[in-house]
Amino acid sequence: MSFEAASPRRAASTGAFSRIASAYGQELIILAAIVLLFAVVGTIAPRFTSQTNLTSIFVGNAYIAVAAIGMSMVIISGHIDVSVGSLIGVLATISGTLAVAGYPVWIAWLVPIVVGMAITSIIGVLVAYVRIPSIVVTLGMLSILKGGLISATGGAWITNLPPDYLIAQFRLLGVPSPVWFMAILTIAAAIWMRSTAFGRSIYAVGGNPEAARVAGIRVEATTVSIFAIHGMFAGIAAVLFATQLQVIQSTVPPNLELTIITASVVGGVSILGGTGTVIGSTLAAILFAAIGSSLIFLNVSAYWLRSVQGLLILATVLADMARRHRIS
Amino acid sequence: MSDVPLSTTVKSFLRHETILAILLVLVLFVLAQQSDRFFTVPNLLNQGRLMTEVGLIALPMTFVIITGGIDLSVGSILGLCAILLGVFWHNLGIPLPIAMVLAIVVGAACGLVNGLIITRFKVPPLIATLATLALYRGFAEGISQARSVRGYPDWFFVLGQGEVLGVPTQLWIFIALAIVAGLVLTYTTFGRATYAVGANETAARFSGIDVDRTKLLIYTAAGLVSGLAAVIFVSRVSTTRSDMGTGVELDVITAVVLGGTSIFGGRGTIIGTVVGLVLVQALKNGLALSGVKGDGTIVVIGLVLILAILASNLFSRNGDG
Repeated sequence: MSFEAASPRRAASTGAFSRIASAYGQELIILAAIVLLFAVVGTIAPRFTSQTNLTSIFVGNAYIAVAAIGMSMVIISGHIDVSVGSLIGVLATISGTLAVAGYPVWIAWLVPIVVGMAITSIIGVLVAYVRIPSIVVTLGMLSILKGGLISATGGAWITNLPPDYLIAQFRLLGVPSPVWFMAILTIAAAIWMRSTAFGRSIYAVGGNPEAARVAGIRVEATTVSIFAIHGMFAGIAAVLFATQLQVIQSTVPPNLELTIITASVVGGVSILGGTGTVIGSTLAAILFAAIGSSLIFLNVSAYWLRSVQGLLILATVLADMARRHRIS
Repeated sequence: MSDVPLSTTVKSFLRHETILAILLVLVLFVLAQQSDRFFTVPNLLNQGRLMTEVGLIALPMTFVIITGGIDLSVGSILGLCAILLGVFWHNLGIPLPIAMVLAIVVGAACGLVNGLIITRFKVPPLIATLATLALYRGFAEGISQARSVRGYPDWFFVLGQGEVLGVPTQLWIFIALAIVAGLVLTYTTFGRATYAVGANETAARFSGIDVDRTKLLIYTAAGLVSGLAAVIFVSRVSTTRSDMGTGVELDVITAVVLGGTSIFGGRGTIIGTVVGLVLVQALKNGLALSGVKGDGTIVVIGLVLILAILASNLFSRNGDG
């Protein structure tokens, strides 16, 4: 039981192709959807696939994919964090304030990551040891962070950011740094979750906490660690978010938590816990960003974007439930 | 442990509702000290007016959470119904009374859809209503295209801005519905079925309770009441906008959970919810009167939510919580 729960996907039949297809079904579907979207919209509006637009899609949304990595781990372990949008807003403001105050840039990059880990560790302790459901803890945390941020800053913009601080605008081998961050962090996290004991224990805790406990996993400590790692990704996402423009608007980006959770869930992370991969969540973040961009090119009002988001989550979740129904 | 009567007395004393009531008295006392405008009849009645929309939705939400579920989409249903009220009346030329009824019917339909997704497809309520939160708000934004509707006739404002016997109209509606909800939850088969579903769904099924029908009715009621709250909201602020009710689900859930309803299901009362609601509103108002800005009060409410659950969890470690 615990072994089955600990394997990221049910390893099915033999043959390389069918093995990949069954292990990464959701990821392949999303990849196909991305290719299809670019092909269709690119034919109708050629400028959609121009390098400028592609860059803006990837650079502007990489931080969502990075945050979705940590969120996926939290959801796989059977929890949720609805405060992550507010957290990213707070951490971005801390980062920008430090940079403007003249601290070395590495401090402005590092402090939000540490603070992020500290805040999510508190959430983790309340969830794991005090046994308050994560939805309640993070709803409360959402209020605290959002209210605290606006009270502290009044929503003022942080300007005069030093140029060497703007890490999201750096390029390596001609590729913008957010794309590097997104790709490297996704691949590293995916490998880590598959092939290390701790990575596998995330699935075990979410799949069946009691079985995980019997198998010798310290469920509470693991849960706190998962939340701490999630905080680290939120911190990195906050730095990318803070440095992508010349100014930081020190408020919480609206609906950011919903977009991040959507990426995780649409990417194949089961909301019931126990299954999913971060490759799927990153692909879903790209898909969603591309859909948002394509609405503009297809002259569809951006006001419909949220309905599309809702339909996507609903369709994915219903498909997930139908698939589970068939298996069981 | 050895002294059974004493420990049960202590336990019942430390029940969540008791802690909450003490907290409420303390808060009221401190706030009355802070500002002499707090304990005045006009201020208290006005606060009642302001808390009605959240209060109304908190009533069915209590049922929802007692069944072990949650409904995050209520704020979006409110926004969608508000927009549709404006569209039905202003754009389609439907008489306002019928438009009001239609808006509430749409609310009920949204709730029914939530219920169907949850019962037929077995989607966890948290994720089902997270999806419809985006979907219904998306419809509201898409339909309205950021245009607001104003210019409602004067009689319409009686609902949200008028008074009956010196008390705000909507407060009467809230009081009436709160009494009905309390009676249904305490004294009817449906109320007992609600607790049974939340305490142990499988056992409830085996003892002949139609679990799916119970849930379906409750989620539909949550949608219907959100629609009613939308009509009252529009009447109170004289306009419709697509962002109406954003974040209302937070206030509602805070009031219900603060009121002692267990997020795991099976436990909770309407009286607790009302006390939780009054506590939140008193805090908001009192802090505003003593000069704390609106955003500062959100912080306090978040803290109160976590601390209240923390306290009741620590005290009832050996209990059912």
